Amino acid sequence: MSLPPEVPPAEVGATTSAARLSGFMRGGLAVPLLTALLAFVAGGLVVLATGRNPLSTYKAIFDGSGLNWLFPWISSDDRTLAALNLQQTLIITVPLILVGLAVAIAFRGGLFNIGGQGQYTMGTIAAVFVGTRLPGAPGLVHVLLAVLAAMAAGGLWAAIAGWLRASTGANEVISTIMLNYVALWLGVYLFGLDGPLQNTTQPSVPVSADIASSARLPVFWGDPELQGLHVGIFIALAGAALAWVLLNRSVAGYQIRAVGFNPDAAEYGGISAGRQQVKAMAICGLLAGLAGALDILGWQFRLATNDIQTSQIGFLGIAVALLGRNTAVGTVFAALLFGALVNGTSVRNLDPAVFPPALAGNLTLIIQGLIVLLVSAPVIATRLLGWRGRLARGGGSP
Amino acid sequence: MADVPALELRGVTKRFGSLVANDGVDLDLRAGEVHALLGENGAGKSTLMNVLYGLHQPDEGEVLVRGEPVRIDSPRRAIELGIGMVHQHFMLIPVMTVAENIVLADEPTRGALLDRAAARERVRELSDRYGLAVDPDAVVEDVTVGQQQRVEILRALYRGAEVLVLDEPTAVLTAQETAELFAVLRELKRRGAAVVFISHKLGEVLEVADRITVLQRGRKVATLDAADATEPELARLMVGREVLFRLDKAAARPGEALLELDDVHASDDRGLPALDGLSLTVRAGEIVGIAGVDGNGQSELVECVTGLRAPTAGAIRVGGTDVAGRGVRECLAAGVGHIPEDRHRRGLVLPFDLAENLALREYRRPPLARHGLLSPKRLRALARPRLETYDVRGGDVDTPAASLSGGNQQKVVIARELEQDPRVLVAAQPTRGLDVGAIEFVHRRLLEQRAEDRAVLLVSLELEELRSVADRLLVISDGRIVAEFGPDASDEELGLAMTSGAGAAPRHGERSEPE
Repeated sequence: MSLPPEVPPAEVGATTSAARLSGFMRGGLAVPLLTALLAFVAGGLVVLATGRNPLSTYKAIFDGSGLNWLFPWISSDDRTLAALNLQQTLIITVPLILVGLAVAIAFRGGLFNIGGQGQYTMGTIAAVFVGTRLPGAPGLVHVLLAVLAAMAAGGLWAAIAGWLRASTGANEVISTIMLNYVALWLGVYLFGLDGPLQNTTQPSVPVSADIASSARLPVFWGDPELQGLHVGIFIALAGAALAWVLLNRSVAGYQIRAVGFNPDAAEYGGISAGRQQVKAMAICGLLAGLAGALDILGWQFRLATNDIQTSQIGFLGIAVALLGRNTAVGTVFAALLFGALVNGTSVRNLDPAVFPPALAGNLTLIIQGLIVLLVSAPVIATRLLGWRGRLARGGGSP
Repeated sequence: MADVPALELRGVTKRFGSLVANDGVDLDLRAGEVHALLGENGAGKSTLMNVLYGLHQPDEGEVLVRGEPVRIDSPRRAIELGIGMVHQHFMLIPVMTVAENIVLADEPTRGALLDRAAARERVRELSDRYGLAVDPDAVVEDVTVGQQQRVEILRALYRGAEVLVLDEPTAVLTAQETAELFAVLRELKRRGAAVVFISHKLGEVLEVADRITVLQRGRKVATLDAADATEPELARLMVGREVLFRLDKAAARPGEALLELDDVHASDDRGLPALDGLSLTVRAGEIVGIAGVDGNGQSELVECVTGLRAPTAGAIRVGGTDVAGRGVRECLAAGVGHIPEDRHRRGLVLPFDLAENLALREYRRPPLARHGLLSPKRLRALARPRLETYDVRGGDVDTPAASLSGGNQQKVVIARELEQDPRVLVAAQPTRGLDVGAIEFVHRRLLEQRAEDRAVLLVSLELEELRSVADRLLVISDGRIVAEFGPDASDEELGLAMTSGAGAAPRHGERSEPE
């Protein structure tokens, strides 16, 4: 069927999943808030089904996340505990911001980057590699080298998928998923038993050597021995600020967004779609790699094969980006929400009397899944807001 | 029968926020008439019909079917009331057969199964009755657009429609298909149906309609008998001012050759030869029109000149510089402006706001870009006067291009291209889908370019447009220029050259030998 001369705006550009999801960006703050709320309500029903009280469960999760530290009225004992909890929440928030951005920027370029996990893993591997070498290097130099190596590794990893898309048309969803596996098993091989980068002191443990103390990021809140909050949070926030500038105020961002919305019009404007796709993916990989570096240099200090295999950070990043409506600012807040959720439902932090900790992690996954689901079907949220008429207007020709 | 209208709208008002799409519109439809609804893009025609079809609820006013006030709150209700709609964008399931599509949602069944034989029989019966020839067993995606439209019409009739609304039905049809559609509409009318025919093409409306209602910016300005109406009068009612059909055109004073194509060869997207040794020259201060049957290399010609496609051989000189295969940026730098044939696919990034769209050609350069940074303030400062100069209505600098009407979208494209101060302007079907007011605007701008000693290459499928705007007409056939005419060439002369230019002149893409 030939293209009719007047295509309703609502249909234009909605040719890829990424473009369709970018439609979620419309509608202001209400849609993501409602999306989160619906997900929490549904999660509450699950809690109810297990015979527990959803309200007290959410209260326990909230306290477990340490966000009650923000309340001025809690007792000083509670405040001490809340501070410890909040530090853990923010430690998780750091990589979530960055992998969230890695998904969001790709989305804006019309690409669905499922590969945040693999790019993050490559970042951790590179950070460990550099961090365990160069003993005696000055702290700042050591950290800088490790960070740069991690960013390069992540960026390169993502650029492969971008390049495959640009040169052969290979769908980035498939290629990034596959690259995730490659990164995963590369890490398992490197740090596994008899692996080339396994530690030398405990041959039976599949873990890397510890990074040099010079490569550790300083802790600025809390006790370094008790895993206080490292300065990586500022680096992550700076990354978000740069991403904001990139998307909203830069020539590069203009190009990426133009390609994301309409590659043909971008080409007409002298923008090569393929080059932008490689560029967008590479930028995403840099951010995901940075996330890996901050985790290693900030609090993990070593990398076990088990860590690599169980890490979900990259996948959480997808939910973070979607809930954050693929904007830099939204991603920061969504990352904090997920950081709080993950930490608040952790076995260590959730009060076992309120909710069985064994089930708590599943609750995070349920809420995460529901958010992705609701975001993918924004109709649900928008219809609840009674916006059907307004959306229909966008599709008509008033 | 004529006393009670088949359908009547009284004082229908529909608002979207601050925008009044329909403002107290009255309309009455009689059984056995074709009633044209005429208006510019964005005049509120589609909104009014969506009210009729239950897709929008009117804020004020009422709808009467056969004299009874009704509330149409859904398309289902509209169908029950005998109102059928054929949308601009067909709502068919491509992989199903014609018969299956027609009976969809109201299938004849045998037990729990679709009774295919009965479905086919009913479809055949309907298509015989109205002279709407379709093959019930053909798969929809395999039949032509014109056929698909018939399927839509049959579906509405199958559901018992007595009032049939056709939303710009001719926009997607060829001239031949349009003539066939009109025959169908006359047959429907003879059988007592009331047909609403939405269009902004004056000639068609006068040809097929009995009465014409003209909307202008949401208001009804007149309902008149087609027999008494004339094109200039309708145009004036539609646009709200006099529209000049004949352009005042001074004689061309061609200067130096600004665009020269020399033996250009190029392949299309499938790798088949599309341009086959094409040569042409456009001089400063002249408009050269390219006439031809669609698909004879026009798109490839435009893409080669504007840098979107690399020719396989030959030279393309802009002001003496060879730009063949140099890409969009170099062509732009050499002074080639481009009004693309499809503003949605090529010309605009629809979700971008107008300021961003206006920057598409120069976002990389100062003053917009500094040190790799783009300032929205500077984008807007650049865009504002342009929107003003080119009279873009319906939006401001931060309005998404998608929410503008077609004519205003095209103004944005034209504003952007002309503000690049091109030496050579390539305009590909620049008035496609536009109403008379916007067409006049575009033509005037093209003539202005000529007056400013620029070279204009105008590619169009509308012979009338080519004749009234261009100084020379080149006929393209099978990727070659086969004939040249002056602007006074007749339809017959041009048509003959277009179809017989290269011997038997098979349609492009159907050639057996790719050489």
